[in-house]
Amino acid sequence: MRAASCVFWASFALLAGVPAAAAIAPLPMERIAPGVFVHEGEQAETSAANRGDIANIGFVVGKRCVAVIDTGGSAAIGAALREAVRSRTGLPVCYVINTHMHPDHVFGNAAFLPDAPTFVGHANLPMALAARRDSYHRSLADSLGEQAAERSRLVPPTKTVASTLLLDLGGRTLELRAWPTAHTDTDVTVLDRATGTLWLGDLLFVDRIPALDGSLKGWLTAVAALRQMDPQHVIPGHGPPSDNLARALDPEAHYLERLLTDVRRAIRNGETLSQAVDSVRFDGHRPWLLFDDYHRRNVTAAYTELEWE
Amino acid sequence: MKHRTECRLSLRAAGLLARLLVCAAAAGGIALTLPAGIAHAEAPAGKDNWAKLRPALFQDREIDPHGDQLIDLVTPKRAEDAAVVPIAIHMKIPQTPDRYIKKLYLMIDKNPAPLAAVFEMTPEVGRADIETRVRIEEYSPVRVVIETNDGKLYMTSNFVKASGGCSAPAGKDPAAAAQGAGRMRLLLDGDAHTGQPALVQLMIKHPNNTGMAMDQVTRLYAPPYYVKHIDVLYGGKTVMSADTDISISENPNFRFYVLPHDGGELTVKIVDSKDMQYKKSLRIVAK
Repeated sequence: MRAASCVFWASFALLAGVPAAAAIAPLPMERIAPGVFVHEGEQAETSAANRGDIANIGFVVGKRCVAVIDTGGSAAIGAALREAVRSRTGLPVCYVINTHMHPDHVFGNAAFLPDAPTFVGHANLPMALAARRDSYHRSLADSLGEQAAERSRLVPPTKTVASTLLLDLGGRTLELRAWPTAHTDTDVTVLDRATGTLWLGDLLFVDRIPALDGSLKGWLTAVAALRQMDPQHVIPGHGPPSDNLARALDPEAHYLERLLTDVRRAIRNGETLSQAVDSVRFDGHRPWLLFDDYHRRNVTAAYTELEWE
Repeated sequence: MKHRTECRLSLRAAGLLARLLVCAAAAGGIALTLPAGIAHAEAPAGKDNWAKLRPALFQDREIDPHGDQLIDLVTPKRAEDAAVVPIAIHMKIPQTPDRYIKKLYLMIDKNPAPLAAVFEMTPEVGRADIETRVRIEEYSPVRVVIETNDGKLYMTSNFVKASGGCSAPAGKDPAAAAQGAGRMRLLLDGDAHTGQPALVQLMIKHPNNTGMAMDQVTRLYAPPYYVKHIDVLYGGKTVMSADTDISISENPNFRFYVLPHDGGELTVKIVDSKDMQYKKSLRIVAK
């Protein structure tokens, strides 16, 4: 039976144009709750060494089928995630959900094409991906090398969510919620009702500096709304999962609030964009991973949003 | 692509903006029919744009390459966001009726439309400083050439590392960006004193589409839609004007000076590429 199953899946792998299934090592997963598995990505930028394995990705297993939630930053990571699913269940993957548009969460989608799942994302996601297709591919090739990046394709959603959506995995329901512009204009959260596990995508950064690519005020509004929820388990887009949403949100909320206050003050004081980028430094602030890579950019984004207040 | 590389630049400066723009638009249209990879493989247009721009704009006139003696050009070495790169141009001499800067050219050599803006200045601005924000498509020199009232040309440039600024999708919230084009804010930085140039900030709500980014609604390349001309009048007299192009960032933002006198209204008139006109005024009274 097992041998037959191997052949069965190997034939799909061949169809997908990936090397023999045996060559792909399954991604290590942590079981957060019954049927809920998470792989914690590295707290780093995408590189050839990490193959884009920098975001938290995983899956939820129902009685009928499996939902994958984010697929990693390359086809190789997506394929390793798929192997991790295969090593735990024979049930088919019926949904691949993307929590937002960023490459480290979506480039692994192509690895699941052989499963013919429904790809699910925010109502803005198809257009967001179409608009960024070229630049995402170019920067992936820059980070991974042309060859490694070649198989990674942006697979847009085939089903979109504009407000809320329920997905039935057989005896298990996932509750999807689309958010107004916050971290990006494509943010979706996923609640597994059976275990109270909330997947927040990049609406929650833990330890790694939040990256603003949407609306600062929108993100703060989303954080306030998230505080009304009471999940048992919390899975951020980056950083370790935990059991306390309020505590997990605190450092990010503090960073975003201070960004709002300090950039507003800089604008009020007549500072130009470049002066604000230099002056809003957060000296002595809680150390964030990758602070130097994103903070000045966050100030730029906040300034251009807030100057029109 | 072909249109862009064959773009002839032997035009007078006045026609150059329009011509370059047509090239950029054509490039956008053609990219639509090409697989993305090919479009980008051919993309390094303008590798020697300065060599083409120079004769088109300045013919064989002598240009002093040590313009940094008169111009302090401030740019980031590496841009935080290639679609919003702050540029500050400070002049080391004041504007006086005897000696003043009458023209300022801002160029981004490797952009699809390299000439970002041309400012016409008068002594009435007090200082010929300009701050704005630009898009940068690939690592490129940012170049400033000024012409003084005696007809001499001076040049300075900085290299800026940034990429993807022109082809980036418009804004972080396209729905919000599309609303209220043409709305302006005109602000005075501090008090105005007679004889001291006063710093003015002009903010324009406008998507300033490059024509190179895919429209998020239609999934087609939206035609370029940008602010093309700005007139600044003080007390009824034009003190500065500018021809501007798609290299200027979304929501165009300018800081400049004006020399206050015993009362007068500062008025900014803009025209965009759909020939829509907008106007905003601010009373500036010297203390």
